[in-house]
Amino acid sequence: MTALFSLAWASLLNRKGSVILTIVAVALSVALFLGVEKARSGAREGFGNTISGTDLIIGAPTGSVNLLLYSVFRMGGATAEVSWPTYQKIAAREDIAWTVPIALGDSHRGYRVMGTNLDYFKHYKFGGGQSLSFAEGKPFDDLFDAVIGSDVARELGYTLDTPLTLSHGLGAADLGSGHENRPFRITGILKPTGTPVDRTVHVSLEAITAIHVGWETGAKNPLADTIPEEMIRSFDLTPKTVTAIFAGLERKGTILTTRRAINTNRGEPLMAIIPGEALAELWNVTSVAERALLAVSAFVIAVGLVSILTSILSSLNERRREMSILRATGARPGHIFFLLVLEAGLVGFLGAALGIALVHGLIALFAPMLQAQYGVAFSMGAPGLVDLAVLGGVTLASLLIGAIPALTAMRRSLADGLSVRL
Amino acid sequence: MSGPVIDIEGLTFAWKQGPQVLDIAAFRLEAGERVFLRGPSGSGKSTLLGLIAGVLAPQAGRVRVLGEDMSALPPSRRDRLRADHVGVIFQMFNLVPYLSVTGNVLLPLRFSPARRKAAGGDAKSEAHRLLARLGLEDPSLLNRRVSDLSVGQQQRVAAARALIGAPKLIIADEPTSALDADARDRFIALLSEEVTRSGASLLFVSHDASLAPLFTRAVDLAAINRAGVRA
Repeated sequence: MTALFSLAWASLLNRKGSVILTIVAVALSVALFLGVEKARSGAREGFGNTISGTDLIIGAPTGSVNLLLYSVFRMGGATAEVSWPTYQKIAAREDIAWTVPIALGDSHRGYRVMGTNLDYFKHYKFGGGQSLSFAEGKPFDDLFDAVIGSDVARELGYTLDTPLTLSHGLGAADLGSGHENRPFRITGILKPTGTPVDRTVHVSLEAITAIHVGWETGAKNPLADTIPEEMIRSFDLTPKTVTAIFAGLERKGTILTTRRAINTNRGEPLMAIIPGEALAELWNVTSVAERALLAVSAFVIAVGLVSILTSILSSLNERRREMSILRATGARPGHIFFLLVLEAGLVGFLGAALGIALVHGLIALFAPMLQAQYGVAFSMGAPGLVDLAVLGGVTLASLLIGAIPALTAMRRSLADGLSVRL
Repeated sequence: MSGPVIDIEGLTFAWKQGPQVLDIAAFRLEAGERVFLRGPSGSGKSTLLGLIAGVLAPQAGRVRVLGEDMSALPPSRRDRLRADHVGVIFQMFNLVPYLSVTGNVLLPLRFSPARRKAAGGDAKSEAHRLLARLGLEDPSLLNRRVSDLSVGQQQRVAAARALIGAPKLIIADEPTSALDADARDRFIALLSEEVTRSGASLLFVSHDASLAPLFTRAVDLAAINRAGVRA
């Protein structure tokens, strides 16, 4: 077999040009498949790593996926809010150990602004139990203090004490319809987490109330900007509503009863979700599209494999002479068969290996950009099980597909005898 | 080695659905002989060589090579016998284009452990020795692509390949038809010398009757092939 292996290798080298093209075709198809697969698992992993340690997320009734998306992933928006007294009632429940209220709805240059309290930095956990930590500075203290995520700092070039103003709503840019007369000061920059926290501006709940003084009708009162800051500071800035509540339980065992109790709350209607459960529901929704994408890219691999078949089949005619020389020098029909099967397998193996290298190279190059732009965290590092499976699968499939030209060549070499009429 | 190297009796062969190409009552090649088999092109010479080499099977009759009945042997044994004991030289395009000169000479050793053993521990220097004997001693030639060689050089590489590992029978199918007279005679002289030295037998096939005196015996295929009578 080693004798045949070096023959197959030499034969491939001899047809470098077309062989390289075939290898590239296989590599591209493998890279597409793995890229899709890695984006999928990266998205899942990224989402799964975003929240941990939070037992329940509570908000106004909506879809559980929707509540999860807007409260944790800052995607979409809430249709209704939870009133402050209701929040206080929940926070006071005996089975609930801690709560973190959050208020969403404003933005800063495309980044979401989240109002919360200092408990957020204590209780919010991600990536399997890590707490938020500060790269620089400290949590907000004053009414107009802000803590920004690492991406916000990096992409906008903000440092501690940079002033920033918020805009009303979620517009991508400041359109002037905002809170530009109430500047904030950055007191802290969080370390990167690989979660939407990196792209969030955190302020206190009271700050959210404060910048909306004069907005009680839902639109900005023309006189709002004339209210001096000192006056605002003297107001009661307790929020009227919050968007959602993260909650931790005293004992995990009560999670279902607590959830039912909240869901059937008399008075204001509420909805409580278990993050993991809502995430699973989300995967259910997306898995159809994922499977379709994977199927398409698997077909592209099949096309790559067919290109191996084509290239070997089309070379057989010009190699007829070569086969009879091999036969004359002692090669058995089996040798001819395995020579061609090995060639196909080698091309498949090299193509798959190149494709894997290509995907890992591209991920290494573009992962930071993809993460920043689309929030998809590609897991970098050494090739994993999926890569090995694809490498093995493609190699095996090419060996199998190589049997087709191999059988043709073997049959021909048997019929040709020693001499080929050229 | 006792007994004939090739012993053919009552052999007939036809290509699929074609007319009979060969019908040979008897033909023998004794050990140590260098036989010249003459026949015009299309007379079935190459087919006969295919039968002797065991890559074709006769419809009837017997082809014994080194005492083994080729038609009775299972295909794998026939292939093994050829790999171990038969060296073949073709008319032209003898060499595998993607192997170096040395790689081509060593090719039979890949398929035959017996010849690998006979070639000795250092097969490469054995190949180089054979090439040198055949007049290809220039070391720069050895790693050259075979397509860069002249036809005469290619044929001598093919001869070295047929000779390596001391096979008992060398079959040459019009190996000199692409060579000029001078190169042709030199090639046959060198080949004969090496065949004799290694103790092999040679079956040399050509249409060129003028070569006959260079061999120990000459046979006309038309004289032994009853099917070869053509309109």
